[in-house]
Amino acid sequence: MSRKLFKFKGGVHPPEHKAESNKRPIHTAPLPPKLVIPLRQHIGNPAKPVVEVGDHVLKGQLIGAADGYISTAVHASSSGTVTAIGPALVPHISGLPDDCITIEVDGRDEWIARTPLDYRAMEPANLRMRLRDMGIAGLGGAVFPSAVKLDPGAAHHCPTLIINGGECEPWITCDDLLMRTRADGILQGVAIMRHLLGSTEVLVGIEDNKPEAIAAMRVAAAKMDFPVEVIAVPAHYPGGGAKQMIEVLTGKQVPSGKLSTDIGIQVFNVGTAYALARAVHHGEPLISRLVTVTGHVLRPQNFEVLFGTPLHWLIALAGERGGTTGVLMGGPMMGLPMPNLDVPVVKATNCILVKSAELFPPLPKALPCIRCTRCADACPAELQPQELFRFAKSGDFGRAQEYHLFDCIECGCCSYVCPSHIPLVDYYRYAKSEIWAREKEKRASDLARDRHEFRLFRLEREKKEKAEKLAAKAQAKRAEMATEPAAEGAASDTDAKKALIAAALARAQAKKAEVAPKNTDNLSPDTQHEIEEIEARRAKIRELARQPLSEDKS
Amino acid sequence: MLAAIWVMVILAIVVGVVLGWSAVRFKVEGNPLAEKIDAILPQTQCGQCGFPGCRPYAEAIASGEADINLCPPGGEEGMKKLAELLGVEPKPLDETHGTPKPKSIAFIDEQICIGCTLCIQACPVDAISGAAKQMHTIIASECTGCELCVAPCPVNCISMVPIAEDLPRWKWKHPVVMLKKMS
Amino acid sequence: MPAPFILDRTSVTQVMAWVLAALLPGIAAYVWLFGPGILVTLSLATVTALAAEAAMLKARGYPAKPFLTDLSAIVTAWLLALSLPSLAPWWLIVTGTLFAIVVAKHLYGGLGQNIFNPAMVGYAVLIVSFPVQMTQWAGPLELTSTPLTLAQSASVIFGGDVPKATLDAVTMATPLDALRTGLLQQHTVDEILVQPIFGHYGGTGFEWLAAAFLLGGFVLWALRIISWQVPLAFLAGIWLTAGFLHFFDAGRFGAPWFHLFAPSVMLGAFFIATDPVTGATTPRGKLIFGLGAGFLTIVIRTWGGFPDGVAFAILLMNLCVPLIDQYTQPLVYGEAKAAKAPPA
Repeated sequence: MSRKLFKFKGGVHPPEHKAESNKRPIHTAPLPPKLVIPLRQHIGNPAKPVVEVGDHVLKGQLIGAADGYISTAVHASSSGTVTAIGPALVPHISGLPDDCITIEVDGRDEWIARTPLDYRAMEPANLRMRLRDMGIAGLGGAVFPSAVKLDPGAAHHCPTLIINGGECEPWITCDDLLMRTRADGILQGVAIMRHLLGSTEVLVGIEDNKPEAIAAMRVAAAKMDFPVEVIAVPAHYPGGGAKQMIEVLTGKQVPSGKLSTDIGIQVFNVGTAYALARAVHHGEPLISRLVTVTGHVLRPQNFEVLFGTPLHWLIALAGERGGTTGVLMGGPMMGLPMPNLDVPVVKATNCILVKSAELFPPLPKALPCIRCTRCADACPAELQPQELFRFAKSGDFGRAQEYHLFDCIECGCCSYVCPSHIPLVDYYRYAKSEIWAREKEKRASDLARDRHEFRLFRLEREKKEKAEKLAAKAQAKRAEMATEPAAEGAASDTDAKKALIAAALARAQAKKAEVAPKNTDNLSPDTQHEIEEIEARRAKIRELARQPLSEDKS
Repeated sequence: MLAAIWVMVILAIVVGVVLGWSAVRFKVEGNPLAEKIDAILPQTQCGQCGFPGCRPYAEAIASGEADINLCPPGGEEGMKKLAELLGVEPKPLDETHGTPKPKSIAFIDEQICIGCTLCIQACPVDAISGAAKQMHTIIASECTGCELCVAPCPVNCISMVPIAEDLPRWKWKHPVVMLKKMS
Repeated sequence: MPAPFILDRTSVTQVMAWVLAALLPGIAAYVWLFGPGILVTLSLATVTALAAEAAMLKARGYPAKPFLTDLSAIVTAWLLALSLPSLAPWWLIVTGTLFAIVVAKHLYGGLGQNIFNPAMVGYAVLIVSFPVQMTQWAGPLELTSTPLTLAQSASVIFGGDVPKATLDAVTMATPLDALRTGLLQQHTVDEILVQPIFGHYGGTGFEWLAAAFLLGGFVLWALRIISWQVPLAFLAGIWLTAGFLHFFDAGRFGAPWFHLFAPSVMLGAFFIATDPVTGATTPRGKLIFGLGAGFLTIVIRTWGGFPDGVAFAILLMNLCVPLIDQYTQPLVYGEAKAAKAPPA
């Protein structure tokens, strides 16, 4: 156990506040009357709904299918009836709605048929496909589809597998409790990951402020038929960040702009490993997770929560108190304020932190930057936050990118130490989203330019083709005329034209006179019904089209 | 005296050669000005500037025939970028050419559409699909919102729908940090 | 406002308060060694700075409270006061402070925006404009027969009716002045150093004052309010440059230790060159900034028109900061080790 540990640069030591919520056992949150399950819970394409309003669904039934490679499925968290498919409030700081499937639960909590997978016998690609369809995504915060990360790619194996039990954010204890109580399950999941990635070294990094979790994981690790090293790492925010965990355990840094797999390392959160074990050994898709409810509540604790459960339901379970000043999803360093408490728990929800003026006093007003570089000392990405701030503030996004804005992990260390109390991370987020938006705009305008240029080219080509055709026709006519007597030809030409027009007119009149039945008259009831259905669909499409576009497909 | 003249002459020749050589050696194959301007223009191809598309307007700016403030879709920001590129003073947008509007795309009411293809012919980026006497529809991802299809429609079935903000389009706002007193 | 929702306890006010606190040993030593006159100068500079700060904030439409309580104006005032001759007339102190706060700080955009260290701008303006008045240094008590009381000092500073003889008895050339004058009179360093004003290293009294500032500087470093790079590089720059010159011609150039402990170097190294606003921000940049300032200090002391060069050296380096910062950007996470360890 005497592994040499390394240190990452920067970082801070905020007060931990773990003891509030890690004393109570895990409770299973009771079923809420209604579950709202967003289709976009992960990074990548949102899932596509595969049920319709009115359908009865069972617990664990696929309701949204993965759309593409970087995507995962979503499932009904309990049995009930689908009452709505469409925009609903989701846990996002903007307070904007997104596509969700709403299920009115029937209270029976009836499972679909669950079949465990024999993962060793399965083709790895098939297994990954199955995991994608079981909705497995990273539960550490980024919610990246796990199936993608479990693909060792061209290298065919990933020598080092790191299981991240760091949980460095203050207040959050869900991984702590998971490791204490479900260590065996986590390691079963690790075995599957190891199988898929072909790893030879398995390291579990846990911050040393969780001795019970470390002990439990060591006991479970000893039972495995492969070596697993459970390592206590110093508690140091953001030591639970994937890159930081890699550096602490191996001394290696993930090259800027590359993935950890490029240096033969893959990192998974403990919760993801557990979810993987449930999926493979029990046939259960990802429909619930542990959520810490803490802060300004009567009984801070961890709940096993079905996705789609509204936040207020959980806060009520933990005991609501007066004087709440807001609710965060996540911890105090990186969490996002929730605009509304009706929003559901999703795969990314590790913590619900209820704020009060006492626990989280309002932040003091910002002063100008004095370039003291405390932020640079605290930055684990080794950036120069004071310069990034200057560029972001003045809208000099090009320079911000040159100074590696996109290496920022938004951990909040810089804002935490800033003596001027500048919301630095806000500036970086603003600059990043501005840069993305501009790139998107640029792509759209490039596309428009190409299409316009092609149109001009097409018009030109058509004109030329027409001219050529005309020229050819004229030539043919001239050749024809050369064979016939000139005068006669001219006369017959005009005559023929006149005759043709007359004939066409007559035909048109005849058609008009004839009161032809429309094709919509005299229909069989079946066809009539069909037409009505089509009309209804049309109306719906029109309705949808009138609504704001949900996604830019460009 | 003569020596001084010689020194100056030789110096001039040497410096001239070096400059001439570096002019050839380090020649920057830059985009012609019109292309750089075109890259800034929004490519809506709407013609509000009075030119038949963005490229002709870019060429007109490059040759000094047109002002930089005639492009409403590019807005204030686009005008400023042009001013910066050309090293001229920014000036307010010329309102006779229209005012900036929220970004919209065209929508065809298919119940009313008679399939006349007039809009298809008007669309500068071929973003309308359909054929004669067939229903037409807008390819939303390609539509630039130029509104050129609205006027030709004989049955007024085309309307402009503003693009609403949604999650994928949502942006972090510039943080509001009040240092100065509110007046 | 989004995350983080918790903050470390540090604030600008706290940082500035620690800087002021770290100056106290130096001030105490000053009073002990040179008499209480400096307290008058400090008070006058403080009052002037706060008044000027308040007036400028009002004129620029900023709220007074957060900026007055950030203590940055007082830091500027103290640094300027400690750089001025201890018996400088009141109008010199007021002019210098006003110039520092109004022109060097607020006309450049206020806290955090100024390019030049305000205290040093104030000092430079005074020494260029009033070189004679800038020599009214009270000599070390050790060497003066009748030291001035607080009231007498105040009287001198405020232009009271002080007999010229009394004044002459207490004012004295600083070691740097003495060295300069001596060298101009074609004396060798050894001949000059026998004067009583030169103590063991940097001048009677002044060397202990320097030691007190050094102590305060260590406190700031221990609290991580300043980084080690700037002071160390600054001192190294002085030591190396002075040592190099001294090595080649000990008769014409002062010893490196003398230059280190001569007035203003320790104050400059730990309190002035470390000003974050006007200094370099990158680790390597801080080293370059300090080395450059040290080098220039000796160059100006040796060949320049004024006896001391700390202020001009720091101002010149302030000018180079954007350039230094741009060319010393450190590698970010994943860049450094990526070069060393190619992907397995």
